[in-house]
This record gives sequence, C-alpha cells and structure tokens, in this order.
Amino acid sequence: MSNFSPSDVVLKIEGLVTSFRTDDGVVTALEGVSFEISRGKTLGIVGESGCGKSVTSLSIMRLLPNGVGKIEAGKVIFDGKDLVTLPESEMRDLRGNRIAMIFQEPMTALNPVFTAGEQIIEVFMTHRHMSRAEARKAALEMMEMVRIPDPDRRLDEYPHQMSGGMKQRVMIAMALACKPAVIIADEPTTALDVTIQSQILRLMQDLQKQTGTSIAFITHDLGVIAEVADEVVVMYAGKVIEKADVTAIFDRPLHPYTKGLLASIPHAGQSRDSKLPTIKGSVPSLKDLPAGCRFFGRCPYRQTRCEKENPTLMYEESTHGVACHFFADIAANKIKANYDGLGGE
Amino acid sequence: MIQYIIRRLLQMIPILIGVTLLIFLLFSFFGEDPARVALGAHATPAKVAALRAKWGLDKPLVMQYLQFWKEILTADFGRSFVSGERLSRMFAEGALVSLAVTMPPFIMGTILNLIIAMLVAWYRGSAFDKFMSVIFTACMSVSFLVYVILLQYFLAYKFDLFEINGFIPGLKGLPFLFLPWIILMIVHFGPDVRLYRSILLEETKSDYVRTARAKGLSEKQVMFKHVLKNAMIPVMTYTVVEVPFLVMGSFVLEKYFSIPGLGDLLVSSVNTGDFPVIKGVTIMIAVAYSLFNLLTDVLYALVDPRVKLS
Repeated sequence: MSNFSPSDVVLKIEGLVTSFRTDDGVVTALEGVSFEISRGKTLGIVGESGCGKSVTSLSIMRLLPNGVGKIEAGKVIFDGKDLVTLPESEMRDLRGNRIAMIFQEPMTALNPVFTAGEQIIEVFMTHRHMSRAEARKAALEMMEMVRIPDPDRRLDEYPHQMSGGMKQRVMIAMALACKPAVIIADEPTTALDVTIQSQILRLMQDLQKQTGTSIAFITHDLGVIAEVADEVVVMYAGKVIEKADVTAIFDRPLHPYTKGLLASIPHAGQSRDSKLPTIKGSVPSLKDLPAGCRFFGRCPYRQTRCEKENPTLMYEESTHGVACHFFADIAANKIKANYDGLGGE
Repeated sequence: MIQYIIRRLLQMIPILIGVTLLIFLLFSFFGEDPARVALGAHATPAKVAALRAKWGLDKPLVMQYLQFWKEILTADFGRSFVSGERLSRMFAEGALVSLAVTMPPFIMGTILNLIIAMLVAWYRGSAFDKFMSVIFTACMSVSFLVYVILLQYFLAYKFDLFEINGFIPGLKGLPFLFLPWIILMIVHFGPDVRLYRSILLEETKSDYVRTARAKGLSEKQVMFKHVLKNAMIPVMTYTVVEVPFLVMGSFVLEKYFSIPGLGDLLVSSVNTGDFPVIKGVTIMIAVAYSLFNLLTDVLYALVDPRVKLS
C-alpha cells in the first residue's frame, strides 16, 4: 500500500471534461476524469473500447482532432503548470520532450517515407537543438538502448523494412529520446503478437527502471495491467469508476464493473465446460447516456437509487476510490447479485 | 533499376505495334482517299491514280505498313501530302510552338497551385478555405470558351494589354502568348488546387501526423516535411502524365488564338486527310505517353521508399 505525498505526483488530472462534435451534435467523451500519475510508477488505465482511454491521453497531450474534440473543463497539472491553458508553443516544447507518447499501431504511426533514424533524429534536433551529426549519434544510442539488433544498419531503414515489434521499438526509442518525465503508452502492444508483446512489455519495464520515467499504460487487457501497472484506473463510459493500486484492484475489486471484468478473465484450471462469465449488455452510447449510474443497465447489484443518481468517486481507504453508491453493502454481502433483466433487454 | 527501365522499354514495343496497327487500319479502311481529297472531287481517275502512286498508296497494305515502321524507326515520317514539307521539321517547329504555349503556365501553375493548396490546407475549415472552395467551383463551372472570349475581348481588345491572337517566333511573340498562358492557368487552377488540397488533407488524417505532433514538431514541420513528402506521391502521378500532352498543345486554344502548334497541325491534317501527319503525331503521343508513364514510375521509386522497381 502506498500513500503518495504530493511531490511524488508527476502528472495530476482534475475533473477533465472533453467533448466531441459529431454529426448528431456534441457528445461528452470524458466527464470529470481525475487521477494522478506517480513519479517512476506505471499507471494502468483500463476499460472497453469507447470508454475514453485514448481521449484521455489525447486530451493530456492536447492532440485532440482540431475543431472536433475540445477540452471543456478541468486541469492537467504538470510541473506546476496547467497544460489545458498552456500556450500552444509551450505545449509543443513539452510534447516528445517532457511528456511523450507511444501509439497502438506501429505500422501506421511511423511516417513511411522517412527512415527510422530520421524520425528519432528530429526529436533530438527539435528539443535538444543538436546538429544532425550529433542527433544521429544520439539516435543510434537510443536504438541500442531499445535493443534493436544491428542499429547502424537499422538507422537508415524505412519502417516497411521492419517487423511490427521492431517498429514499436523505434516508437519507444523516439518516446524515450528526451528522457521524458511521463510516457503515455496507448495500447502499445495490442497490435503485436503475444511473444513480441511480452518482449516489448519487458523492455518498457527495464527502461523505466533505468530512466525513472512514469508511464501511463492504456490497455483493455487486464493481463497486461497485472504485469506492468503499479496503480490502476478503471474507466467506463467517460468516467473513472474505480482507482486503486494494482493488488487492491485484483484482490478486492469494489465496483461491480471491475468485478465483472475480473470474473470474465479465463484462468488456468478453469473447467473447459464451464461458461466464461461475461458482463451482459454493452457500453451505453455517449449520445444517449443514462441519467444515473452509467453502469445501471448492466449492473447485477443495481438499486432504484442508481437509476437517478450518478455516483461520484468515494474513497474506501485514502487510496482506493470507487464510484458506486452501494460498494460497501456489496462488499459486506448485503446486496446480492441479481442477473434478471440484464442485457439483451 | 536499369534492368527495370530496359524491360519497360521493351514492353513498349507491343504497345506501339498495337497503336500503329490501329491507326493504319482505321485510316486505310475508314479514312477518305487522301489523293481524292487533295485533288478535289472533279479530278480525273488517272490523275488520282498518279498521285496515289506518288504517295505509295497503291502498294499492298503490308508494304505500306512496313514502310510506316521504317519511318518510325528512322524518325523520318517523310513529307506532308498537303504541303510537301518535311514532317520532321514540321513536328519540331510545331512542338516548340506548342511547348511555348503550354510549358510556362504548366510549370508556374503547378507550383502556384501547390502553394495555394498548401495555404488552403493549412487554414482548413477557415473562412479563407471556404471562400477558396467557392472560387474553385466557380472556376471549374465556367466553360473554357467563356474565358477565351471574355479575356480576348477585355484584356486584349478593350484594354489592349496583349495581342488578340496570332504568333511570332522568338521573344517578340510574348505579347501573343500571355493570354493563352493566363487562360491555361485559370483553367487548371480550380481542379488542381481542389485535388492537391484533398490529397494534403487526406494525409493530415494519417497516424504518422499525430505521431509527428506528439513528438513536439511544429505545425510547419508537420505540414511541410511529413505531410508534403507523402502527398508528393499522388501529386506527382497526376502532374507527370500531363507532360506529354503539353507537347501536343491545346487543340482548342491553338485554334482560337491561331497559334501554329502541333495541336493546330493535327486538327487541320485530320480535315485535309494528311495521313503522314496524323500517323506521325499519333505515334509521337503514344511514345511520349509510354515514356512519361515510365518516368512517373521511376520518380515514384525515388520519392517513396516502399516502391521497389523490379
């Protein structure tokens, strides 16, 4: 258990509200998202697709699609400054320098017409104002650091000449180039096959130990979270519904959604004939959110109060937050699960 | 690379055989008898036969066809039926005149349109972008002939800025060329800028653009380095294949401005049944088109590292 003092928090997000303009009007993709990333630690952000994980990362980086996505309210505190109101030029100095990003699709996230080396070199030239020759040397060191074999040759290769894992190593090299305080990794291993995935995860953990950088690791894969995260934020339909350190999430999940997610992971020794539990129903559309708790339609513990009142994050202990009116009653077994009328209705 | 180019050049042979057969057969079976056209309706059969013999039209078709190939391979297309002038000279002169009309607006227009497209793409969604969209659509909706007539009337006749029509070789001919240049640039402006803009905007949606921004690159670096190099690939395809048509000039423009370019020559040759001219010009287009297609592919390989010529 850890209770971090404020100085240990490197990035603090407070009440972030982000909206998107769509053909059907404005939808709120994030509604009051708050969490902290601790220095040198990995924060896992979990949730189904569409829950706002990626929007959160793009909001932090202020890379929301221009004219479509907009931060309506909230703060992103980094280095004592609020990134939401920071002038674009200062924000640009931070991007790739103090806060870096790794994306999901290494195939398309790298520019196909520039060499891998060039794409690392420009980070050094932009933020460290190095000459091309110096930047090239630095890029070579980065490629060695992310364990790309034969880095001299790979430096002048184009992305299409590399495998998916190799490209993701190049992305990591780019992200780590300026020794950022925070790396936001948006599903960095999702597009890779399982063996490469574990190699990349191990690489990221090793590099984190070496550099002391904090990582926000966005994924839908709880297995990955168990492996890399120190603290976990669970998101559902644009809200944080539970946050705690990783052992608490896995040992003592409080929110019915988190319980459901954990129950639906197949585990070794499970009988082949037993049916894998699922969470009935699907995530509500952002265009048509329920008035009360967003998990109401799928919650086996739902009560009448949940239909009208949207719960805010409540703390069981100072580090374990949960957005559920009845988490204590559920934990104390006072409310029993009732699956009648859930999903498919 | 060299091997690829040689192979592509060899592949041009069957294409040219096809093209020659097509022109030759079309003209021999469906065209009017050039001797009859040249001598008029009242010429005696003997006179027509004599002219046919002189032009080699009495020989078997196979021989005529082989003669055609000999002309292609020696790049000597003989003489015009109508004027009796050497065709190689007529073509060279005509092509130079056509190029003088089409090349400057092509180069200037392409550069200018690309710059405008980048500006529009840069200010995408703004009032400027919307205003420009209206302008392109308006430019594209107005007929080419309207530009010819209006500009000839106002710029040349009313304000006396340029010559109305005609042509003089050399620098003195510039006043005759300005008007066609302006018209060609206006005609290409709408479709070109619109195309380049959509190519550029399509590229800005790519994932690598988001990566470049996440690295902290400035919007200028993102647009002028990352986006532009990728956008050059489709832009190039579109531009390079236009070059062979520049040599041919613009048929309509040359007619309206009485400019003796290749386009004008081809149109009048079709009217007079001047077969050698038609044959020669068509073959030149076919060769130029094939060569420039090859050039596009070679340029591709230079710009896009993913393209391997093999």
